Amino acid sequence: MRVKYVLSEVLVGLWRNVTMTIAMIITMAVSLTMLGASGLMYRQVDDMKDLYYKNIQVSIFLQTDVTDEQRDQMDAKLKADPLVSEVIYVDKAEAYKRFQEMFQDAPDLISAVKEDSLPPSFRIKLNNPEQYKNIYDQYKDTEGVDEIVDQSRLLDKIFNILTAIQNIALAAAIVMAVAALLLVANTIQVAAYSKRREVAVMKLVGASNWFIQAPFVLEAVVAGLIGSLLGLVALIAAKYLLFDGSLKALEGLLSPISWGDIMFIFPLMAGVGGLISAATAWTTLRFYLRV
Amino acid sequence: MTKTYPKASRPSLDNVSVSIEKGEFVFFIGPSGSGKSTIIKMLLHEVAPNKGRVVVNGKDVTSMRSWKRPHFRRSIGCVFQDFRLLPNRTAYENVAFALEVIGKTKAVARRVVPEVLELVGLGGKEHRYPHELSGGEQQRVAVARAFVNRPLILLADEPTGNLDPDTSIEIMRLLDRINRTGTTVVMVTHDSNIVNQMRRRVVEIESGRIVRDQARGVYG
Repeated sequence: MRVKYVLSEVLVGLWRNVTMTIAMIITMAVSLTMLGASGLMYRQVDDMKDLYYKNIQVSIFLQTDVTDEQRDQMDAKLKADPLVSEVIYVDKAEAYKRFQEMFQDAPDLISAVKEDSLPPSFRIKLNNPEQYKNIYDQYKDTEGVDEIVDQSRLLDKIFNILTAIQNIALAAAIVMAVAALLLVANTIQVAAYSKRREVAVMKLVGASNWFIQAPFVLEAVVAGLIGSLLGLVALIAAKYLLFDGSLKALEGLLSPISWGDIMFIFPLMAGVGGLISAATAWTTLRFYLRV
Repeated sequence: MTKTYPKASRPSLDNVSVSIEKGEFVFFIGPSGSGKSTIIKMLLHEVAPNKGRVVVNGKDVTSMRSWKRPHFRRSIGCVFQDFRLLPNRTAYENVAFALEVIGKTKAVARRVVPEVLELVGLGGKEHRYPHELSGGEQQRVAVARAFVNRPLILLADEPTGNLDPDTSIEIMRLLDRINRTGTTVVMVTHDSNIVNQMRRRVVEIESGRIVRDQARGVYG
């Protein structure tokens, strides 16, 4: 009977103040969509970093007149370096071959460059691509080294943009969450006011605190969960219309968002939505009902 | 015990000591602001004294944690001047509500509520709404609600304050009958007529002090 009572009170409560309930659900949905989008991008950026950085190399170009001794020393040092996972030496002949391949459409350029003029280089892969700076500092003054080039620096710019978008989504999520929170607090106050007589009687005859609070808290939680469901729908729509639609051309650049990712992010949205609502409702009641 | 409210210039209750035996019927009388209601609030664990102890039913409730309050309240019934009934519920539902929110089943309510409504003299009016009942009848519903859980103590804060003299006497007869079942009745009142007719213990309070405590007293 008590469970039935609480549930029917929840439905009555949501319906009594239906415009407020809708406002609460919409703000909650927008906030949670932003949160979900931000979370998806976080995974997305991670995936892309994995993908790109795995294939990224740091090139250490040596001076063309480097001695064999200097080169061997360098090779030994790199192979012993804990930051480095793989070392490939590209000598002048190999460099020339690569150059020829790269510019095979421009025979003039190839004929203008002599085999001897291309510098030999070490192509190294790092265990952690973000430690490029350490490598740079360590080897830039070594004798025989001409220049150190890191491909990942280019990528960093792209990732900076993605991270910025992600942060904007997160900021929007937080701002909307504050609005949602205030709406929940207000809704609960109105609900508590419209049931003040019942609450007074319940307190008087000794109804337990959870029993008095449960309908209000659950009312907010139900709204939060509905909001997160709407957020899920919005994310699915975004994937369907944006990523599988108009942004399809960028497929090679952006790693795809899988349905699994979205399903993975949904519990997070529902959890955050439900918990924030419950906590807000409960805190409001403590001040408002003094139970 | 002593209770001083914040911002008050003098204590609401100043070194007051009262002991009420089980099964007693006690009137607290005195002018407005004398501290009578503070005693009721202390018995309900709504306010705590600054000094001294409140002991109810052999238990010191002075420093009782607030989460224990609901359970404690179940041993105390309350009646107020303004009835405090739920307007959108019938007499039956008002009484049943008090049972159901403390976890009693509907089956228990179906058995007990008609019994207690009969006891307060409302047999046949179970399905009337408060606005369909007279003031006296509404107060009977309130008494039924307070008594349905068979409390050890019945607190009545000016229960006749809104009623005419004849109706007041009927309510007093009802409280007397409840007292005879062994329930301790503590009643705060201004009504000299009633106090004089009942001839029960009278505790008079003035400016937070007990000025009289008399068995079988009159209003003064």
